Amino acid sequence: MKYLEEKVMQFLMIGSTLVIVGSLFFIFIVTLYRGGGTIIRQPGIILAAPGPRYLLGGGGGFGHAILGSLAMAIPATLLSSLLAILIAVYLQPDYSPPRVSGMIRSFLDILWGTPSIVYGIFVLTVLVFFHQRGSVMAGIIALTFLELPIITRYIDESLTAAPRDLKEIAYSMGLTRLEVFRILLKYSASGLVAGILIGLGRALGDAASVIFTTGTASTIPKGLFSSATALPVIIFQQANSFYPSVRDHAYAAGVFLITLILALNLFSRFLQQKISRYRIQESK
Amino acid sequence: MIIPPDRLGRRLAKDRLGVNIMAGATLLVFLAFLSFVVLLIVKSRLIVFRYSLPELLLSSRWDPVNHTFGFFPSILGTFIVTLLSMAIAIPVSLLTAIYISEYLPKRTGKYLSSFIDVLAGIPSVVFGLCMLLVFVPLVAELAQRWFGIETTGMCILTAAITLSIMVFPIIVSLAVESLQALPREMRETSLSLGSTRWQMVKKVLLKGAGPGIISAILLGFGRALGETMAVAMVIGSRNTLPDSLFSAGQTLPSLIVSSFGEMMSVPEDQSALVFVALVLFLLVTVTNVSAKTVNNRLRKKWRY
Repeated sequence: MKYLEEKVMQFLMIGSTLVIVGSLFFIFIVTLYRGGGTIIRQPGIILAAPGPRYLLGGGGGFGHAILGSLAMAIPATLLSSLLAILIAVYLQPDYSPPRVSGMIRSFLDILWGTPSIVYGIFVLTVLVFFHQRGSVMAGIIALTFLELPIITRYIDESLTAAPRDLKEIAYSMGLTRLEVFRILLKYSASGLVAGILIGLGRALGDAASVIFTTGTASTIPKGLFSSATALPVIIFQQANSFYPSVRDHAYAAGVFLITLILALNLFSRFLQQKISRYRIQESK
Repeated sequence: MIIPPDRLGRRLAKDRLGVNIMAGATLLVFLAFLSFVVLLIVKSRLIVFRYSLPELLLSSRWDPVNHTFGFFPSILGTFIVTLLSMAIAIPVSLLTAIYISEYLPKRTGKYLSSFIDVLAGIPSVVFGLCMLLVFVPLVAELAQRWFGIETTGMCILTAAITLSIMVFPIIVSLAVESLQALPREMRETSLSLGSTRWQMVKKVLLKGAGPGIISAILLGFGRALGETMAVAMVIGSRNTLPDSLFSAGQTLPSLIVSSFGEMMSVPEDQSALVFVALVLFLLVTVTNVSAKTVNNRLRKKWRY
């Protein structure tokens, strides 16, 4: 009897593993297949600026969206990494009592869980209050909100996981706290890099916070306060289009976005193996 | 060697400056967060005062042009879609997690779970895109052929399936993690008493990893609640009470996306949208906080 149960359960487990791997693979392959074809046929659309009436089946490409995405995601990542490092170091017991850091950590966790659309609405409300239109700047702020908790918690965890001995040795040499943490940050560089790249990936892929704050302009962004759009936003618009050619562009943009994010992911894994330079080698 | 006192003074001054900057940054972010919550509350006050809260939450008439805001269809839609997606995702992802952690050889399991992790990074619009252009017509055709129901395919069922695919990686990777954190001896003891692998999993490991698994499920639930773009693309956006799984519906996040363009000009409408965002924020936060509390509580209670 119990062997029958074992067999049945094993069968179900293999089945569900196949379902999960299959469904994720399905998304991946469909995008790659449909979008890859479009890109190979018209590689120009990646860089081209959109023509007038682009979303109505007119000519042009989605270069403006790629530019917009990068112009928002990169500054947002830099800004939130800077803040994240400061906060993560402040969360360590050397600086703040456990009650304070516990409180900050749980509020960061709440921020982490908050859906990005709520940030979008928040920044939008602020914009409306100041009678501003959507801009690259507003997008950067919304994305910073989105990334900050992620990056901070990653750095925090890797600082907490650093061996006590390292800290104690550094202190016993008479270093100040600031100097000790410069060493510790080097030690936990792999966590730092992982956190930053994961934050960047999230920012690049997020549409809900950008669609409200930066808008859906179909022009090349000109400056910090000009309106723009982002890659995921334009995919959303293209997918809802009635024109098959525009929907093909959606897949092409999807391929570009996936490639970018997967490349970041692989790059992060690669870097993590590389920068163990400051790690104390475990004796064998 | 003795460090000259003036250099020590400079280093200490630097240290103090560092503390101030870090505390300042933390305070800044904390204040930003506070203003975030306060602003959401203040902005949604307008609509909550004008209409009573039960009226807003329980009325099912949505007609912004005539200033009637009933959020019941989208609240109900949110729960139906999320619960349905969890009903699909929980058994499938837990079985997969058990298979990866207990049955597959270590190397294969590691490759498989990092494959799943990598694909978890695919942005939600891409999920929405594929489901919209490939899966939606399929649902429409199958519903027609098997049940004789006319549908566009943009419906609650499609949204739930999309969400469940997006939640798989979250639950799987957290559940695998908490299963693998269990000590080896637990497995050895159970197996040496003559149990099969599945009996070991069922009677021993699931209890040990229980707190982690439950919080994984709740975190997945929170993610599914807040997921916006993919759902907005496949649900069909209709603000009435759904009559079957194949009818178009609305969730709170998709309501925001689909009605934001026309609604930002009138202050009352704007307040209605901010109110939706606030409700969403509260729902997700309650879920995530309870995930954490349950984890801590059960961890004490179910300890071996």
